[in-house]
Amino acid sequence: MSTPLLKVDHLVQHFRMSRSYTVRAVNGVSFEVYPGETYGLVGESGSGKTTIGRSIIRLYNPTSGNITFQGADISGKMDRDTGSMLRKDMQMIFQDPMASLNPRKKVSDIIGEGLDIHHRYASRQEREELVAAMLKKVGLSPEHAARYPHQFSGGQRQRVGIARALIMNPRLIIADECISALDVSIQAQVVNLMKDIQQETSCAYLFIAHDLSMVKYISDRIGVLHLGYMVESGTTEEIFSNPVHPYTKSLLSAIPHPNPEVEKRRKSITYDYKSSGIDYSKGQEHVVSGTHTVLATEEELAQWV
Amino acid sequence: MSETPRTILDIRNLDISFKTNAGVVHAIRGVNLDLRKGETVAIVGESGSGKSVTMKAAMGLLDSNATVNSGEILYTYTDTDGTEKTVDLLKLSKKELRGTINGQRIAMVFQDPMTSLDPTMTIGKQIMESMFLHKHMEKEAARKRALELLNLVGIPEAEKRFKNYPHQLSGGMRQRVVIAIALSADPDILICDEPTTALDVTIQARILEMIMDIQEKMKLSVIYITHDLGVVAKVADYVNVMYAGKIVEVGNVNEIFYEPAHPYTWGLLSAMPDLDTDDDRLYSIPGSPPNLLHEPPGDAFAARNQFALVIDEKAAPPMFKISETHSAATWLLHPDAPKIEKPPELEARLERARKEVERYL
Repeated sequence: MSTPLLKVDHLVQHFRMSRSYTVRAVNGVSFEVYPGETYGLVGESGSGKTTIGRSIIRLYNPTSGNITFQGADISGKMDRDTGSMLRKDMQMIFQDPMASLNPRKKVSDIIGEGLDIHHRYASRQEREELVAAMLKKVGLSPEHAARYPHQFSGGQRQRVGIARALIMNPRLIIADECISALDVSIQAQVVNLMKDIQQETSCAYLFIAHDLSMVKYISDRIGVLHLGYMVESGTTEEIFSNPVHPYTKSLLSAIPHPNPEVEKRRKSITYDYKSSGIDYSKGQEHVVSGTHTVLATEEELAQWV
Repeated sequence: MSETPRTILDIRNLDISFKTNAGVVHAIRGVNLDLRKGETVAIVGESGSGKSVTMKAAMGLLDSNATVNSGEILYTYTDTDGTEKTVDLLKLSKKELRGTINGQRIAMVFQDPMTSLDPTMTIGKQIMESMFLHKHMEKEAARKRALELLNLVGIPEAEKRFKNYPHQLSGGMRQRVVIAIALSADPDILICDEPTTALDVTIQARILEMIMDIQEKMKLSVIYITHDLGVVAKVADYVNVMYAGKIVEVGNVNEIFYEPAHPYTWGLLSAMPDLDTDDDRLYSIPGSPPNLLHEPPGDAFAARNQFALVIDEKAAPPMFKISETHSAATWLLHPDAPKIEKPPELEARLERARKEVERYL
């Protein structure tokens, strides 16, 4: 394989709430994202998947661990060039398109803000053209540029969010639950759009979601997170055909199948960390096969496989 | 089942429009819906299709700019003296609704458990509130009942949780509290408006299984408003597919999932990837739902429908009956309509579903 676009190495992200209480959101997570691929991060809320995304793009300062993006270290203090490279080549699409778009700005200014900051155009007209082309690319019409976010439907707003991320022509897009707030038929449109854009620009996605069927559909590789630990990772095929960790198993069993005869009879497997007797901090990464790894102690692994 | 249970909620020809600055939005355009005792009905549709508005009308929660143009919502219940009564919920005043129906007989669970709980009140108080209001219970009795409810909805250590504030609970726990509140006055009908959309899959499965359990125990009738077909498959007996203010297909859950008849249902089913989808592209319904400010003359779905016929542009299709329980509003079912093959993605999907059933049984 080629060199990774993004390398996350033992990322730790703690939030100190008070003298006696620290939220340990992420506890030593490592993974790599290669150019042009889609890496899916799944897990329930509180598992740290969003925190990881936000630490990578430096909305948080990592407590410890290294993050390398396009060969440059972006986890510590960054020089001006690195910072500018990070802001340009890594973009984020947020979950709630209503909350993530400034309600007092026109769509053209929301999408064009990145261009303004990085001085990416020579004239006003060029800026307008760039924004118009981008709107077209995401399936909106150029007339929409003069509108405000509240004048759009949810699906359209998310397209604006995607356009804003894409206009800088990024190498990595962190898509944080970017389709969970949309309707099913619109979800499919947005996912198709994201796939088309990936084919066209060969950007990589870090796809953060809890909808496993969508993650399975879009991702090449998957990491399963729980309580800030990556409990299992591997290619989509490896995870779905041979889940090893009990948490992964319970997560997979919880996916509702749109098939009533099956779904009515199926009961999901419950998994409770507290009563399971598993201590994530004691586990080490074990290779199951190929790139498939599991966080476990020796005894646990023997028990699960 | 020996006999069909009686209908307790009967929505007939409901038609609602909203006055807005931009003009009149005709949001509900003739909706019919039956709910029988002990059964679960799901209303599926995109946002803006009018599924929430329909149920809000039943609860008298419509915004002040709404006008009910026609229709009735008949609710049949057994009064305290044992007689059976039928009322038209649309004819009751807001005060009468609040006093006799809302919360007591028809309870609602909203989508977001964060915004539907009062952040300044302990959850115990919030659960007891409706018992004081509707049932005039003594404090001790209400407390006992509230603890029972907390146990029923699967909250561990109910005694301790009783004094917690909503922010001290996780999303799943909060939604359980909301459900406990909804159940606190022993309603006949529980309306769940996207009850699990804000929750994780693992928690979603548990909450749904819990609601099904309680439904069995309390003989509740449940209406689910959702856009998640996986949820529908799990819980529903009957499904109403709604599009642009109309119900376009209705049937029991097997008919909708294995023999869908309306192109919109086809689209919905194929747009959601299942675990075996390996197509390069997801099938997606093109375009977006129509703006009901400008009501289309014919079938509202025609513009997004690759199988649209000429007549779709001119006249809205009536409901065509396919079986006793199954009907759909599409001209494709007219005897004179050309025979149309379902899209290949859907065929593959249905085939997979059938195979999965065989494997499973």
